Formats: sequence, structure tokens, C-alpha cells
Amino acid sequence: MANNDAVTVKEPQAPQESHARRWRGLGWGFIAKLLMMALVNALGLAIIFSAVNAEAWAILAASAALLIAANIIYFSKRTLPLKYLFPGLIFLAIFQLFTLAYTGYVAFTNYGTGHAGSQQQAVEATLIQNERRADDSPTYPLAIVRDGDTLGFAVTDDDGFVLVGTEEAELSAVDGAVIDDRQVPTEVPGWTVVTRAELFADANLQNEVIDLRVAVSDDAEDGSLRTRDGSTAAIYQSSMDWDDEAQTFTDKETGTVYYADQEVGNFVAEDGSRLPTGWYVTVGFDNFVRAVTDQNLAGPLLKVTAWTFAFAILTVLTSFGLGLLFALIYNDPRIRGRKWMRTVFILPYAFPAFMSALLWRGMLNREFGIINDWFFFGADINWLGDPWLAKFAILWVNLWLSYPYWFLVCTGALQALPSETMEASKIDGAGRWRQFRSITLPLLLVSTAPLAISSFAFNFNNFTIIYMLTEGGPPFAGTSGLGSTDILISAIYNISGVSGGSADYGLASALSIIVFIFVGIISAIAFRQTRKLEEI
Amino acid sequence: MADATATQVSTRRNPTRRSRWWGEVGWKYPVAALIIFYAAFPLVYVLSASLSSSGSLSSTSSLFSDMSLSNYAALSDTSYWTWVGNTLIVGVASAVGAVFMGACAAYAFSRYRFKGRRGGLTTLLIVQMFPQTVAFVSVFLLLTALGNVVPALGINSKIALICVYLGGALGANTFLMYGFFNTIPKDIDESAKVDGATHAQIFWKLIMPLVTPILAVVGLLAFISAFGDFILAKIVLVSEDQWTLAVGMYQWVSNQLSANWGLFAAGSVIASIPVLIIFLSLQKYIVGGLTAGSVKG
Repeated sequence: MANNDAVTVKEPQAPQESHARRWRGLGWGFIAKLLMMALVNALGLAIIFSAVNAEAWAILAASAALLIAANIIYFSKRTLPLKYLFPGLIFLAIFQLFTLAYTGYVAFTNYGTGHAGSQQQAVEATLIQNERRADDSPTYPLAIVRDGDTLGFAVTDDDGFVLVGTEEAELSAVDGAVIDDRQVPTEVPGWTVVTRAELFADANLQNEVIDLRVAVSDDAEDGSLRTRDGSTAAIYQSSMDWDDEAQTFTDKETGTVYYADQEVGNFVAEDGSRLPTGWYVTVGFDNFVRAVTDQNLAGPLLKVTAWTFAFAILTVLTSFGLGLLFALIYNDPRIRGRKWMRTVFILPYAFPAFMSALLWRGMLNREFGIINDWFFFGADINWLGDPWLAKFAILWVNLWLSYPYWFLVCTGALQALPSETMEASKIDGAGRWRQFRSITLPLLLVSTAPLAISSFAFNFNNFTIIYMLTEGGPPFAGTSGLGSTDILISAIYNISGVSGGSADYGLASALSIIVFIFVGIISAIAFRQTRKLEEI
Repeated sequence: MADATATQVSTRRNPTRRSRWWGEVGWKYPVAALIIFYAAFPLVYVLSASLSSSGSLSSTSSLFSDMSLSNYAALSDTSYWTWVGNTLIVGVASAVGAVFMGACAAYAFSRYRFKGRRGGLTTLLIVQMFPQTVAFVSVFLLLTALGNVVPALGINSKIALICVYLGGALGANTFLMYGFFNTIPKDIDESAKVDGATHAQIFWKLIMPLVTPILAVVGLLAFISAFGDFILAKIVLVSEDQWTLAVGMYQWVSNQLSANWGLFAAGSVIASIPVLIIFLSLQKYIVGGLTAGSVKG
């Protein structure tokens, strides 16, 4: 980048001056760019290396591609527009386009609790879950060691060598350890030995020690060391035997054989019983079919969908209506103090929405809320616990939250209406109602209809107000986990299990796709209204 | 027109004029009082509850019955100020990022003619229709996978949350800014180019100062939406010291038994006052931005 001085160079020059003569050294801009790119490359390489370590090949490929693209774009002269688009495009690609596409993929899998990883991971998990202590297995003298928050086992093997391992790292020998006469390690270099007194004093620590599993080697079939008493460790081995060739598990005790069933992503026995840990496979339209046929789910989901539409439509209609009414009344120059009146009118909109919802949750409280106390003489009205009252409460609160928006929008639109048209209609003898119905409202709708549609789309996914006010409750009868004020997005939230509990990412994503379809249709209607596409 | 009729009437008998005034204008004052009550009573209540000395709902139903700052003082025993800090970090970072990336993209679309420009704009328009929040399951899965490689981009990291918000920035803001950039005459950049300015100089020194109003609007909208977002913040931020205000304050009152409404009231008064001031003083711009693009959360 040239210096600022370059701008002032205007003397007449020979037209054929060579480019080399115009060289004025490296500008500050170029140095800044170089530093930025050095930083970007360092960060990118760091990510690539840790992706190699974590064996995350998809992330490796994506970050390598993005890094190469960044270097080409910022050091080439021909990619000018891309220099400006690239930063935004990266974020758009990873955190929006990819997540949308990935939702589409997950919707066709059975990803979720019990199907959370690849088949390889399922094999290892199954081996570990079925570890039992072999009847005749030897015990080893054990010391509990720690390094900061990491707990480990230090054991002395039959030859007197001390081995240390943790949850993450399998057993390996350490040099320079000291053992006492009972062969228990007392000093381990790099580790602090936890004394028995410490262990007995701390119940949490005891539980952690009992749960700790230290792999003997990197092969899950070799089993692991565990302890029951904190002073000796024994080798636990899986009661399942994995046959990689035949892709089967054999239960060593019962002899049952479980086959890897790629259709359902589970290990299934002849009699139909299956092992709890599976892997995820694509299941076609199963999730969509389940959403409409599953007896526990279909009914509640239908009600939720109906309420989602009712909620979004009624919210827009009521708040638009109230806002328009207020705008019509107070768009009157004869009223004094309009300015501060308007400020108070829009206060609910300026107050952060999530706080309003929580505040109303408190005010609508059955026993202590001020709504019952002030306006209903202390009556015991269960606003948020009754299916219909809760729906009403949500609409009421959302009306309170959003009428100021429409008040502002309609006031603006009213003031922009052509006064000649109004005048003309008046001269032609139109009454107030006639004028409103035939002139004001149609003109107003031209400018506000697109906003009404986008407001509808917004409320269609207005998770905050539902979750803050009722959390979707009161719950429906049955095991669906959904409630009578759940809208689709809060239903998806419950089903997905991202906040804990049993997860069903596949079904949740399938429902997300359905929401996307609804939203897409709404937006397509909005586009026809605004003809935004033609402006480009 | 209405004034004209009013003066005509004024020559008549006084009572008629008054009743006419009452029918035309006067009744609007008591109605306004009703609306003001409707709009403001929850806010007055929260102020009163925050000044009450107890934290329960039951003792706060009579307004301003006791005045004490104990709830405000008690905030410092909680993680409240950490959450305020987190919210500011997340909000400011995503606002700055959104402004920067949106302005760059709008500049490219507005000033350059390149292959795929029309297609790019159309794609952005279509992508922005599909809100990220609906895809929260795959956001969660993506961050879980990224976290195994780069912990700073994983679950329970503010940086990850900022990145997620920035992913939605381009779609939401480019159009707003694109329209504004187009109103700046191209002759300005042409003449600077003739004088030897580079594209970066034109962007930073010429265009950016001219588009400051739209930058402020986009920054504010991005801040407000990060401030108010609940679902993504709740999924991404797991541990208490990482929470934003929305997640933390929800946790305060969501449990019926341990709900502490006094703390909530004090916390929301403190957090909402700056937002109220900013919003009311800049309402003209914000509403302009909202009507052109998104809807506030």
C-alpha cells in the first residue's frame, strides 16, 4: 500500500514512466497486512497440528483449505473483491451454511444417545462397559497418585517395576520410583502420592478412585486396572469378545453372539436383544415418519405445531392491532406532551426481552404474583399452570413486549402518508371510518405487510419468551416430554437433549428441517411482497 | 383541517365547544394514562422489588413499602458481575465483528463488479431466511467436534459463542449496509483512485467515515441480539463463570423453590438502565434499522 504522500503527486510526468519508478517502498498498510497474515498462518497451523493430534481429519482438511485460500486471496492481486468478502464468508460457511447442511444430514441418521459415535467407538465402549474382574486374576500393590487434577494409578508389577497410568494414558513404566516393603510405590517422580489418610478423609476422591479405569494397553481387549479398596488393583477384562473379521461380539459367559446390524446401528443377537451401545447410521426418512406416526409423539407434535402457528399469528395480529390503534389515536398534533408520552409507550420494547419474560413469570406467579394480588383481589388463578391460561398469558406478555414496535412503525408510516389523498377523500365526503378503511389502512399495509411477515417468522421461532415464561409447560399427559405452550423450536430443544437427558439429535434435526420448510415458505411469501430480489 | 373546524366552532356557545374538544382530543389523555399504566407498571414493580429488603415475591406486592439497597449489595456475593462482564465481552466482540465483516462485504458488493456478485447477494438473501437458532443441534455437535481440536472453539467457550453469532452476521447485516453504501456516490472513490489512493485507503479513509451511521445501527443491533440471545448461549456456555446475563438470570428464577426475585429485580434494573438509555436516545436509528432488516429479540 502506498503512503499518503502518493496522493499529492500530481506533477505532469512522462506518460511512459516505468512501474519500477513509482515504487515508494513498503507502506504501513503492507506491513500491517504481513503481520496479520503471519498471525493467521500461525493460528491456522496450530489448528492443523492439533487436528492431526486429535485425528480429526475433516477439521484438518477444512482448516488447511481455508488457510491456503486465505494466503492466495491476500497475496494475489486479482482477488480484490474476495479480500473484502473472505472474513465474513468463513464465518458464514462454518457457522451457518455448514450447520444448516449438517442439520440436513443428521435428520437422516439415528444420531443420539446410544448412537453417538462410529462403529469402532461402539466396539471399544462395549468392551469397556462389560469389563469384569477375572476370577483368578492377580492383584497388584497400588498407590493413588495425582498431578494437579489428574488422578492416576501407580502399581508395582511382578518384576518390581513401577507403572503409572491415568484415565487418558495407558500404563507405562517410570524410572526412579521408590517402593516400600509391601511393594507399594511410595515415591513416583512427576507425581504426588495420595496418602491413605487423605483418601479416607475425602468421599469425592474415593468415588473418583473407584470410578477410575486405567487401560493396560491401547487395545481395549487387554482390559484395564481398577481398584475397590484403594490399596490393590486388579485387571478387569471384558466379558465380550470382539471378532473383527466376522464383525460379531460373543458373550464369553452365555455364548450369545451379537451381529453388527448396519441397518439400525446396533449389535443384535438372534433373539432380537441388542447391546446398549450402538453407532450412528443413516436411517432414511425414519425420523420424519416417527414424528407423524409414533403414538407418544405424533399427537403432542401436532398440537405443538398448531399452537406455533396460532401463537405467531395471534401475536402479530394483536400487537399490530394495538400498536396501530395507539398510533392512530396519538398521531394527533393537538395533543400536548406527545413526545414523552411516546417514550413511556415504548418502554416495554426498550426493556430487554428476556428480562421482561422472567419478570412476568414472577408477576404471574400463582401464590405470590402481583397480577393475582392487584387485579384479581388475591384470587388463586394458576396463570402458568393451566393449559389455556398459560397460552393466554404468553400472548398477553408478548403483546406487552411487541405492541411498541408496531406503535413506532405505524406512527412512522402514518406520518409518511400523502396528505393530499387524505384531503381529497375528505372533500369527497368520506367519513372517518370510510377514510380509515379505504385509504389509510391499504396504504399502511403496503409499507407494513413485509414487516408483519418477518415478525411472524421471528415469533414462529421465539424460543426466549416461551422458555422464560413457562418452559413449554404445563406438560401434556404421556411421555413425550412436551407441554401445551411448547412451540416447535422449544419442542426441538426438549427432544434434542442438548441440555442433558436422553438425546435424539436425529429426530430433533428432522423437526428443524420441518421448521426450515415453514420458514422458507413464509419468507418466499415475504419476497413476493417486497420484491427484494428485483432490487439487486 | 381539524384545527379549522375547531376555530369555527369557537364562535359558538362554550359548552358545545368543550364537549367537542372532549370528543376530539380530550378523551385521549385519560386513555393515555391507562396505556402508560399498562406499559410501565411492570417496570415500576421491578424497581420497587429491587429496593425491597427481602428476596421473595410475597413481600413485594405493596410498592416501595421499604427502601433498602440490600439486594444491590447482595449482587456482589453472586456471579452477577462476572455475567455482566461476559455479556459485555460477547456483545461487544460480536458487534465489532459484525460491523467489520458486514462493512467489508457491503463494500465489495457495492463497489466491485465481479463474477458471482448477483449470485452471492441472492444466496445471502436466501441464507438469512434460515435462522441459526433453529439449527442449534448441529451448532452443538459442531462445537463439540471443534472443541476436541481447539478447546477455545468448543463448548463452554465465549470465543466459540462469538464465532457462532458472527456466522449469522453476514446474512443479517450485509443488506442493510449494502443499501446504505449504494447511496454514497461512486464519484468519490473514482476521484480518489485517480489521485492514486489504493483500495484499502478508499475503504478505510473515505467510505468508512461516510457510512458511520449505518455502522452504529448494525453494531447496536448486533449487540442487542447478542445481549438478548438465550438458546445459543445456554447451549454453548455450560459453567456458571462463563454464563451471560440471559442464562444466569434465568437460572436465578427458574427454580420455584430457590428463586431469588430480589436479586433478579436488582440485577435487571442495573442491566436494563444502560440498554434503556441507549435505546431511547437512539430509537430513531434502531427502528429505522429494524424496519429495514431484522426484528429485535
